[in-house]
Amino acid sequence: MSLRPSPFHDQLESLQQDVLKMGTIVEQALGDAVAALASGDLERAQRVIAGDDELDRMEIAIEQTCLTLIALHQPLASDLRILGTALKLVTDIERIGDHAVDIAKVAVRLDAEPLIKPLVDIPEMAAVVRRMIRECLSAYVRRDPALAREMIGLDDQVDHLYSRVFRDLLAEMIESPDKTRQGAYLLLVAQYLERVGDHATNFGEWIVYMVTGERVDLNA
Amino acid sequence: MAEETLRIEVRQLNLFYGQVQALRNINLQVMSGLVTALVGPSGCGKSSFLRTINRMNDMIPGARVEGQVLLDGVDVYGTMDVASLRKRVGMVFQKPNPFPRSIFENVAYGPRIHGQKNPAELRDLVEQSLRQAALWDEVKDKLHRSAYILSGGQQQRLCIARALAVGPEILLMDEPASALDPIATARIEELVHQLKSQYTIVIVTHNLQQASRVSQHAAFFLAGELVEAGTTSDLFTAPKDRRTEDYLTGRFG
Repeated sequence: MSLRPSPFHDQLESLQQDVLKMGTIVEQALGDAVAALASGDLERAQRVIAGDDELDRMEIAIEQTCLTLIALHQPLASDLRILGTALKLVTDIERIGDHAVDIAKVAVRLDAEPLIKPLVDIPEMAAVVRRMIRECLSAYVRRDPALAREMIGLDDQVDHLYSRVFRDLLAEMIESPDKTRQGAYLLLVAQYLERVGDHATNFGEWIVYMVTGERVDLNA
Repeated sequence: MAEETLRIEVRQLNLFYGQVQALRNINLQVMSGLVTALVGPSGCGKSSFLRTINRMNDMIPGARVEGQVLLDGVDVYGTMDVASLRKRVGMVFQKPNPFPRSIFENVAYGPRIHGQKNPAELRDLVEQSLRQAALWDEVKDKLHRSAYILSGGQQQRLCIARALAVGPEILLMDEPASALDPIATARIEELVHQLKSQYTIVIVTHNLQQASRVSQHAAFFLAGELVEAGTTSDLFTAPKDRRTEDYLTGRFG
């Protein structure tokens, strides 16, 4: 028996390219949002906010493609898992996009005012979650559950950094109540990044499912 | 009998048609109270396998069976009488094959040859069987007209009523809806769903969506081998064997 390609499998392939493209855009948006915050670049923050509509459109288009392919081809086995996974992934990717927008909005609200101190841990958190997203996308394209599992391990670093940011900002705010407003905004940013790590973890778990058929909870 | 108990156990079954080996070392357990679907490409042996359960292959010259088919622990290829085996194990075929008789006579035929002579009891049995086959309301006013006036879907339900009339415990269905339109197919599938609490059902189907709709267990056959068996949900979403995966995703050339 030989394996044969089919128009359906071409469409599945192209769907996965769309998911990859959306993931890449979101990863970039997150980078831009945190950079805008750190540098007080309001224009860059506005670009991130404006870009969200396009991401929403991509999410809807991918969902529609998934539902159409399911309805028309009634896929089974790995084909079904690819479609089920794409449906879940776009939700996680879209949420990450929303958090990028949330962070950009904080940058806008702070209106380039001088920061209480230079941002260190927040950009580091952002670097780790962006690496998680990039590794998710690689694992997705390469269908590599081992890489997905390894990536999920990075979430511990994110959680660790989050605790530190929380503690430090709290201490700053207690010490200097005039820094409370900015401190509260930065706490929100840290929390958004922590949530991004959770979405990336979900992403990794879905990759494991897509490739192996096994639903795992790797964040326990 | 809705609980799942082991009903049929097939052990190391080989089937030969003359020199050709049609089934190789099949091991499978069929549980009561649920539907087991046999799937696989044409010529994979799924229908041959179905026919070993009620010894329909005995009629094919040169057919030879090795291994065991245990029905409630008793080998059907042992001392069991074939007529009583077929009374316990009914069969419905791909193409509706009513007898050239009235609707009533089609259903009464089996019970009659098994000794049921009482006209009132026979009438009750015919009604009950037609009701079970979800056909009664459509035919109750024309019981004595020819079975051939019925549509294909109705004829197939008549054949199911005919199989049920002799009081089987197990129902073997060989592509029972493949000659029917989607509405008639849906009625057969609904019927299978209703009957599964009372009968152990094994169904052969080419139609994977049908297998996924009607069955709880499924077995994939390829080239005379049973490649993989399990719950339908596991088999269809996450098969373990590469060959099952390739078949389900349509990647076989």
